[in-house]
Amino acid sequence: MTRQLFTKIALALIALLLPATSLASGHDEGEAKEGVDAQGIIFEHLGDGYGWEVPFNHHKRIPLPVIVWGSDGLHVFSSSRITGHENGGVWRDGNAEFKIAGKDSPYKGKVVEIIDGKEVKPVIDISITKNVCGVFIAVLLTIWAILCVARWHRTQGMKGPRKMTGAIEFVILFIYDGVIKPTLKDKANKFAPYLLTVFFFILIMNLLGLIVIFPGGANLTGNIAVTLVLALLTFFITNIFATKHYWKEIFNPDVPWWLKFPLPIMPLIEIFGIFTKPAALTVRLFANMMGGHMIVIVLTLLIFIFAAMGPAVTGATAVVSIIFSVFMLLIDVLVSFIQAYVFTMLSTLFIALGQEEGHEEKHKEEPAAIKPAAATARK
Amino acid sequence: MELFTPDFGLIFWMFVSFAILFFILWKWGWPVIMKGVSDRADLIDKGVEYAQNAKEQLDHAREEANKYIEDARRQQAEMLRETDKMKNQLIEEARAAAQAAAKKEMDAAKVSIEQERKAAEEQFRSEVSSFALDIAQKVVRGQLKEDKAQEKLVCSLLDEMEKQN
Repeated sequence: MTRQLFTKIALALIALLLPATSLASGHDEGEAKEGVDAQGIIFEHLGDGYGWEVPFNHHKRIPLPVIVWGSDGLHVFSSSRITGHENGGVWRDGNAEFKIAGKDSPYKGKVVEIIDGKEVKPVIDISITKNVCGVFIAVLLTIWAILCVARWHRTQGMKGPRKMTGAIEFVILFIYDGVIKPTLKDKANKFAPYLLTVFFFILIMNLLGLIVIFPGGANLTGNIAVTLVLALLTFFITNIFATKHYWKEIFNPDVPWWLKFPLPIMPLIEIFGIFTKPAALTVRLFANMMGGHMIVIVLTLLIFIFAAMGPAVTGATAVVSIIFSVFMLLIDVLVSFIQAYVFTMLSTLFIALGQEEGHEEKHKEEPAAIKPAAATARK
Repeated sequence: MELFTPDFGLIFWMFVSFAILFFILWKWGWPVIMKGVSDRADLIDKGVEYAQNAKEQLDHAREEANKYIEDARRQQAEMLRETDKMKNQLIEEARAAAQAAAKKEMDAAKVSIEQERKAAEEQFRSEVSSFALDIAQKVVRGQLKEDKAQEKLVCSLLDEMEKQN
């Protein structure tokens, strides 16, 4: 019974995919002999871009604003002016001419200004690219999701939240009680807003990245700029709110003197450590998410790469690829959560390291810490 | 590689977006949720405590009620016993009173019987004496046909009377 069902599904998949393969080979007529430009496709999907692709169409894009500070000031225009093919992709805005740099240019894929026939990178390019737009969508979704729970608490009082609100609240408490509270203890409430915001922001960006069409599809957390910003924020918070003890441990750690003098080996390592932490955060999240996306894209591309070897091979590859990429996408859903969790956990850990009190200070602070606890106990 | 070089525009917008996101959630999101959650936890704790107290009180009340029932039962038994005693006493008293009344009745009956007997005796005696007198009269009449005998008798009778007095 199950085998029959499986065969049916496989046949249906082949039937669905055969026209697609023929379409694909038809589309790449010019490149048919060279095969599929796998690298180009992968990087196009993983990378950023002006305008947002729509499904089943390689030419139309949802236009997004391009904002650049060129040689003669600010220029704002729609991305459809330069992503299209009319006028050779060159757009004349006022006195300046802009286009997207070609494959051979060092600024490949970026907007460049043409000055005297040379491509010059604008001073500032803060265009609303696909990824920026994706970030905006993620921000809106995060705000909506969290304010949903907040509104419930404001309007419904002590009632238990149901459905999605309940699920979101469960995740909030999972992170707060499972990660933030045990690590930061009495300072949990000070840093919880940042850490929870980071968690939900990353989670929603991760999940949006898995959706193929419009609101999703931007490879946000698989972009090093996004993860860099998040890691930098953790870096700043760790060091700005750090205690005296933390800095003492860095510049004058409790190690034998010959490790500090004449060659300050330990302080050097510690200072190096300050910067490796955010770097690790950046690369971890970026590499994990990009890797997941890349595997799915490569699995899908396999179908088109094998298209040259005849319909039987293509069909078989299609079935296997689809099964594997569905499997990978399901794993990526899990990975989305795990990566957001790990980023939050590591951020919490780094912040907690910056909050450590020395033994002497600890003894001084302990009576003060015990007093309120005793007071609450007496109540 | 384009993938490994962070793009300035994206960094800029990312900072701006995150700042806005953080501000909004910091102002209207997290405090409300955290307060709500802890309030709810307090409420649940209080509810549990209240329920426990109520259960304890209920158990206590049940014990009390059982005690009262036990008490009532004991009192009932005691009262039953007392009434039993009272009943017996009453019966006893009544019996005594009845006996006394019967005795009195019997005494009265005895007295009247005695009186009647006496009266009957009296009557009988007078009847016997009248009979005797009649008989004596007849005998005397027969004997007193002679004077001498009459005198002798009168004399003896007078003697007798004298002796009696």
